[in-house]
Amino acid sequence: MQFGVFTVGDVTPDPTTGRTPTEAERIKAMVAIALKAEEVGLDVFATGEHHNPPFVPSSPTTMLGYIAARTERLILSTATTLITTNDPVKIAEDYAMLQHLADGRVDLIMGRGNTGPVYPWFGKDIRDGIDLAIENYALLHKLWREDVVDWQGKHRTPLQSFTSTPRPLDDVPPFVWHGSIRSPQIAEQAAYYGDGFFANHIFWPKEHFQRLITFYRERYEHHGHGAAHQAIVGLGGQVFMRRNSQDAVREFRPYFDNAPVYGHGPSLEEFTEQTPLTVGSPQEVIDKTLTFREHFGDYQRQLFLMDHAGLPLKTVLEQLDFLGEIVPTLRREFAVGRPADVPDAPTHSSMLKAVVR
Amino acid sequence: MTTLTVVQAGLGSPSSTQLLATRLAEATQRLVPDLEVRTAHLRDLARDIADNLVTGFPSARLREVVESVVGADALIAVTPTFNASYSGLFKSFVDVLEPESLVGKPVLIGATGGTERHSLVLDHALRPLFAYLRAIVVPTGVYAASSDWGADGLPGRVDRAAGELADLLAGRAPVKPAHDGFVPFDQLLAGR
Repeated sequence: MQFGVFTVGDVTPDPTTGRTPTEAERIKAMVAIALKAEEVGLDVFATGEHHNPPFVPSSPTTMLGYIAARTERLILSTATTLITTNDPVKIAEDYAMLQHLADGRVDLIMGRGNTGPVYPWFGKDIRDGIDLAIENYALLHKLWREDVVDWQGKHRTPLQSFTSTPRPLDDVPPFVWHGSIRSPQIAEQAAYYGDGFFANHIFWPKEHFQRLITFYRERYEHHGHGAAHQAIVGLGGQVFMRRNSQDAVREFRPYFDNAPVYGHGPSLEEFTEQTPLTVGSPQEVIDKTLTFREHFGDYQRQLFLMDHAGLPLKTVLEQLDFLGEIVPTLRREFAVGRPADVPDAPTHSSMLKAVVR
Repeated sequence: MTTLTVVQAGLGSPSSTQLLATRLAEATQRLVPDLEVRTAHLRDLARDIADNLVTGFPSARLREVVESVVGADALIAVTPTFNASYSGLFKSFVDVLEPESLVGKPVLIGATGGTERHSLVLDHALRPLFAYLRAIVVPTGVYAASSDWGADGLPGRVDRAAGELADLLAGRAPVKPAHDGFVPFDQLLAGR
């Protein structure tokens, strides 16, 4: 099983000091978090993609390329790549390029993006969101698998005799996850291609995501990629740890109360009861994270959101130390009782082996 | 069994909005056999509703109420009149319902206010809201001003509205007036 962190790349004032980091500080902080993730033994770092303030990561492959050069093992991913407003041709090229530079340590989570104005800035319409995700990904999928592509669709100029370069490393396209918090169409898309399905379930109660993930698993089996319990599932998570539970709650509360997504709403206590958010001791985080398997079945990837809501870098790096401390236990516990036929998340080397064999 | 959910956004205790909602529900109950009535008092859910606006999901107890509203065979919705419209709490509750969740739902609308001058809140605010939601609003809405509680007329409007809701639930066409307003002259002469 893979463990890692994902970042949205928000520039948020620290509510305890009122200080807002500069864009440069935030970008360098994201890199520092990625390097720390490898140092403490995590498997994955994923960056968001945004094209509007207060977010900085508009150019994921630039950042991931830089991180690739400074890491050895870490899988570089996205959370998420905007399959709607990006040109699929450019995604095909950018991420194939990154694959070569990172020796295959690359995968992507596709997402639609939910900010209305971003679509027209890129010549698109949010009402076409699902349609764009379906059509653009169909083209991307083809560009990575066929050397010469003739193609025509609704949302992009046609292609005649087009070759996307560079070709994917070893002719093995990056593994793709499809992220969704709401849309069964996206779960169906992931199932159709036999791709992974990533449910960032951190903001809502589990019941909603149980329906969505069960649906993805059923459809994965329906489309002939394996049994439902073998479908490739990734989940989000959100934690804050201190040795003592009370210290964690005291320190995190002002960040929670002012957080961009859920701040000024429910109390920390209510939200931790209703969602995966865990604020407490390392053991409490282990216990809560292990319940995910009970709710969603054996899964392949667990990504934690650690650096939002204005938390200072120093604190985030301390949090990553805690993560590094608990992940061996999580690996061990998640392995207990896991059926032998539940696959790991595909990586470049596992997919290459499958092709060669 | 038929189910009716009553949503009322009264804030006071006692509350005239609560009172009107109860009377509308009881009048409907008299006409619909085996009617199960559930009541949602939005004041008790004020924070849950605000939290749902912020987080995008309902708390467990708000979800229960939303499910009872969406799943009911009919709905009675009563709000106080604030600044010429339904109250913010009432609208916020409607705003946390999933789109299209009230399509085709028989609804009886009611409103309360300090003076009769606000009575068009029913037809200028509540009715368009439920029209947008594609619910089926019965022709008679019931508005109760403070003075209505000490005057006649209100019970008749309550019964007429409840009758329309009952007809809709039973799939009956609304009953036509038994006559065209003709009153024998001896009754007219008697002052009635």
